[in-house]
Amino acid sequence: MAVFQTSDGPEWRRRTTSQQLAMWFGWLIAVAIVVYCFKLISDNTIWFFVLDAGTQAGDLASRMVPPRWSYMDELWRPVWDTINIATLGTLLALIMAVPVAFLAASNTTPHKTVRAVALFVIVSSRSINSLIWALMLVAIIGPGMLAGVIAIALRSIGFCAKLLYEAIEEIDVKQVEAIEATGATGAQKLTFGIAPQIMPAFAGISVFRWDINIRESTVLGLVGAGGIGLQLDSSISSLAWTQVSLILLVILATVILSEWVSAKVRHAII
Amino acid sequence: MQESPTAYPTSWKKPPLIQNPRLRWALWFGAAIYLALALGTLEVNWERVAEGIPRGTRFIAAFFPPDFVTRWDSIVDGILESIWMTVIATVAGIALSIPFGLGAARNLAPRPVYLFCRSVIAISRTFPEVILAIFAVKLFGFGPFAGFVALSIATIGFYAKLLAEDIEAMDPTQAEAIRATGASWFQWVNYAIQPQVMPRMIGLAVYRLDINFRESAVVGIVGGGGIGATLLTAFDRYEFDSAAAILLIIIAIVMVLEYASGYLRKWVQ
Repeated sequence: MAVFQTSDGPEWRRRTTSQQLAMWFGWLIAVAIVVYCFKLISDNTIWFFVLDAGTQAGDLASRMVPPRWSYMDELWRPVWDTINIATLGTLLALIMAVPVAFLAASNTTPHKTVRAVALFVIVSSRSINSLIWALMLVAIIGPGMLAGVIAIALRSIGFCAKLLYEAIEEIDVKQVEAIEATGATGAQKLTFGIAPQIMPAFAGISVFRWDINIRESTVLGLVGAGGIGLQLDSSISSLAWTQVSLILLVILATVILSEWVSAKVRHAII
Repeated sequence: MQESPTAYPTSWKKPPLIQNPRLRWALWFGAAIYLALALGTLEVNWERVAEGIPRGTRFIAAFFPPDFVTRWDSIVDGILESIWMTVIATVAGIALSIPFGLGAARNLAPRPVYLFCRSVIAISRTFPEVILAIFAVKLFGFGPFAGFVALSIATIGFYAKLLAEDIEAMDPTQAEAIRATGASWFQWVNYAIQPQVMPRMIGLAVYRLDINFRESAVVGIVGGGGIGATLLTAFDRYEFDSAAAILLIIIAIVMVLEYASGYLRKWVQ
């Protein structure tokens, strides 16, 4: 805040002149970066195709309606598979995330180096998308649902463990001390001192991640890891656009349903 | 509870989470049945897995040591393309999110605008980036432009939703005070609402930049350009050592971005 003395008396402005200049300079740099990036992208773009996009979109839309409803009979099984991939993947991830979270939380970790390793596990699991995990796993264990389940699990460890270790770091120490004062062993401290405090967070995290995983498992099939993505991929490759639109509607319905379920469950828990 | 004041109970059991035992057992039973059914559909071919284990170890061994050298030029190209794509997708996505976010705030927009903006947000949130990218590639051709469009649309779903929720949760007294000075609608938005939501929105913009970089690795798999395309090529050519190098670089950049965004968010707030 700055007040300037002018001939008409004091005048209030939000920033001083140098602050204002610094802000403008910052904006200038930001705009320059964006324009430069856009130039590089546009150099790598065939603009003819981009300008053509409107007619292409109209053409595609006319091919996609009406959805081929009879294809639904073949879709029940993939939808069921997709939900199973998400659920089993989330369960597997939670089983692995709990120990990682306890090793990563600064108040429960046995040693600093162990904490660093656990944090590295969390970051690498979070930075690689489930689709890339699936790509690798399909190469290693072959196509199918198992690759999808493991890909979802590997991807979710980081997310669940990160939120869980933050919850562990925020617990109330007094309760743990009270349990310790009764002469509890380490394991008893964990189950009666720490676990009850993080239980609500744990339940919330698992439902939240399950919801995200439903969304992610719909596309795993694109690289051969099972679920409805397989049908999507084959319908797109065979240019069966009426099937594609039906699949998109099914994905929309599944995701909305899972969001509704997770909101209800979280509401009930918290 | 106690029969006499001297006899204390010597053991204690934690009370169960769900009081009603019938409901508790029904839930356990249901979960067990579901698990059995779900595992049944997994159709794990154990022979195939057993066969795959030595092959798998060979595959994993092929990832080591990561080979940064052989494909270094194309890796650098891919990474740079991803970074450009991320930057402009984030900027364009946020620029588009502002009108949608304002429109999707219940205390700001009239009912029809609210419903329209909410449904746009819901649709863009539902479909994963990859599906958006497939359609962007169909419409705009292969290359980073398609990835840019896909990531921008995905950003709207994320950013506009959070912006709208932040506006709905703002302090109405400040907005009223500005309105009482006779401000126009734009002045009202600029002086009453923008300062209230700005700190959190800057943090979220950096967070979204981080997400967009991660996702840019995926849109390449369906033809959207960037490091994902390089990664897919490495997998298709069975050059797993190069693929390992790319993955390590992605992890490193994401780590740097995460720490940077953490610092920036602390600095802003």
